[in-house]
Amino acid sequence: MRSHHNTTLLRNAGRLVATASLAALTMAFAGAASAQTLTIESWRNDDADVWNTKIIPAFNKKYPNIKVQFKADPPTEYNAALNARLAGGTAGDLITCRPFDASLDLFKKGQLLSVNDVKGIENFSDVAKSAWSTDDGKTTFCMPMASVIHGFVYNKEIFDELKLTPPKTVKEFHAALDKIKADGKYTPIAMGTADQWEAATMGFQNIGVNYWKGEEGRKALIEGKQKLTDQPYVQTFAELASWAPYMGNGYQSQKYPDTQNLFTLGRAAIYPAGSWDVPIFRKQADFEFDAFAPPLPDGASKCYISDHTDIALGINAKSKNVEAAKTFLSWVASPEFAEIYANELPGFFPLSNAKVDVKDPVAAKFVGWRNTCESSIRNSYQILSRGTPNLENELWNVSAQVLNGTMKPEEAAKKVEDGLASWYEPHKK
Amino acid sequence: MTDIAAPEVQTESFVGRSRFPIHIVVFLAPALVIYTLFSIYPLFDTIRLSLYAGDETGARHFVGLGNFYTLLSDPAWSGQFWNALRNNLIFFAIHMVVQNGIGLGLAMLLSLPRLTGGSVYRTLLFLPTMLSVVIIGFIWQLMLNPLWGIAESLLAVVGLKQFFGPWLGQESTALLTVSLISVWQFVGIPMMLIYAALINIPDDLLDAATVDGAGPFSVFWFVRLPLILPTLGVVSILTFVANFNAFDLIYAIKGALAGPNFSTDILGTFFYRTFFGYQLQVGSPTMGATVATAMLVVILIGVLIYLFGVQRRLQRHTF
Repeated sequence: MRSHHNTTLLRNAGRLVATASLAALTMAFAGAASAQTLTIESWRNDDADVWNTKIIPAFNKKYPNIKVQFKADPPTEYNAALNARLAGGTAGDLITCRPFDASLDLFKKGQLLSVNDVKGIENFSDVAKSAWSTDDGKTTFCMPMASVIHGFVYNKEIFDELKLTPPKTVKEFHAALDKIKADGKYTPIAMGTADQWEAATMGFQNIGVNYWKGEEGRKALIEGKQKLTDQPYVQTFAELASWAPYMGNGYQSQKYPDTQNLFTLGRAAIYPAGSWDVPIFRKQADFEFDAFAPPLPDGASKCYISDHTDIALGINAKSKNVEAAKTFLSWVASPEFAEIYANELPGFFPLSNAKVDVKDPVAAKFVGWRNTCESSIRNSYQILSRGTPNLENELWNVSAQVLNGTMKPEEAAKKVEDGLASWYEPHKK
Repeated sequence: MTDIAAPEVQTESFVGRSRFPIHIVVFLAPALVIYTLFSIYPLFDTIRLSLYAGDETGARHFVGLGNFYTLLSDPAWSGQFWNALRNNLIFFAIHMVVQNGIGLGLAMLLSLPRLTGGSVYRTLLFLPTMLSVVIIGFIWQLMLNPLWGIAESLLAVVGLKQFFGPWLGQESTALLTVSLISVWQFVGIPMMLIYAALINIPDDLLDAATVDGAGPFSVFWFVRLPLILPTLGVVSILTFVANFNAFDLIYAIKGALAGPNFSTDILGTFFYRTFFGYQLQVGSPTMGATVATAMLVVILIGVLIYLFGVQRRLQRHTF
């Protein structure tokens, strides 16, 4: 209750600050260019509003002397634009970090500072830090901010109409799909393969964790103890292939926005989701929706979820305001930030150990799976995408092909394993 | 030009009457400076960059032709390179046949002597060329969309519904579809160039041919076509260079991974992925420069074939 009260207060304060002082402040001091202005580089242009009206004002309430600017590029252009600006010495003070190698690369080039000595880093577990630490785990170079969780969002009204209950096992999942298909009014699964990443992320990684047993399988893959041609991976591809008959008409050229629209218009029953879809659906869907975790395969009793460390914040090594940047990062590590972030952007879940109340019921359901299931990150992100061809992009390609029916599950598994074995020592044997 | 100008300059300065001909420098300077700064220097710097390789600290060291060796021999690179080159050739062939064929046909129709409203057609047909690629990509994706597009219902009206498919999403049809969208956009350019050449042909020649007993087909084949051949040559080389530099439409429609399964990948998208990186693929400026240099070589070969094989045999007519 208390925390609820706090946030409403914060929200109101945020609005006030935003409307009145922020605009005036930035205008009045624009020319002054004090040493205390921090610029954040980010790919989250969708969140610019929340940063400018909620997060930064909340920070300024505590630290009125540090001004913060949020500057975002479109996600697909971010890496290229950031690299160019870092090389040219014009990048902002705070750098939003992609997980694993993209940021590790920046750290190795000396473009990011270590954050080991920043207060608040102790609030994060090793798993949370793993995406932004060196391979030996000794140095962390970005302050973890949030993760995203995969699962399935379903249209509650359609489920009620067809008297379906959220499936718990793969068998129940297919039974539900058959029923929806037999009814004929709705597309059972809203997903397309045109953008390719949906197939890999919302498909392969979403359901796969249950087959390769989360972290256990992910680590075995990195150590070379498992190969992508092993049973769990072939089974994941096989399960993915079985979705094809349930997908929308012409799903081969259906893009991500098409998929979202298909679901929010109430024309599809089940949407393989990332938790970041929740705030979008909240805005667009005029029906009730809910979520269920990836269904368990036959014989499995323990559930796993893809709880992917996605976003963090680091310090530009060339920044002139390192102390102010560190102050900001300590605040990002605080429970206060976690609370604002989790509730203003439901679907991005804080990684700190602080206990946070997520108020959106569907987002809360996603994060609630952390209590019942084992979390794991996407298996292609750590180390395995370092070489050419890189595993992540290969997975996009083959997952889309498996769904399109142009590649058999075994062929897909063989292709990604061959690609990995061509440059990654532990898989060469 | 310079051959003729040089002796004159020499004799003049020999006499000592004139100073250094500053006006030549002044006239050459703008083009020379701008070209050197924005075209020639980057071109040579790209070639230089392609001879280096970067390590993980960002330091670069000279590797000679090592990058080219990797590009052509490492299966992870060469597979993509040859695939992109093959797709690019198909892309070019479709443009040559369809775009320039239709362009020629439209130009013939436009130059009909008794055509009314010619300027309206001309404007309408040229309009897509002036639209932004992003808009073209968006509109066509929307029309061809199997969920909410109008293509399927339009086909249903004429009873061809069973031939509809998710053309942009199938490996077998994606490249053809993207090519045809590009053809639709750019058909105005060959049309205008050929039209300009056609209306330049004096009526006397056509009348003389008709008087000599030539039918419309003979007039086209034996009189008009030979006279516009130089223009067709220019159109071909423009198409070639534009196609091998193409990138934007495919990026707008299919993204940098040019799916499905790289079936729409051309040299431009391959270069983009290599240079800037994509998703977890980290960009490599040096390898990107290598791909860019390979593209330069491909285009150079094509242009040289045209220059020595075609251009020199063309006869220009002035009336």
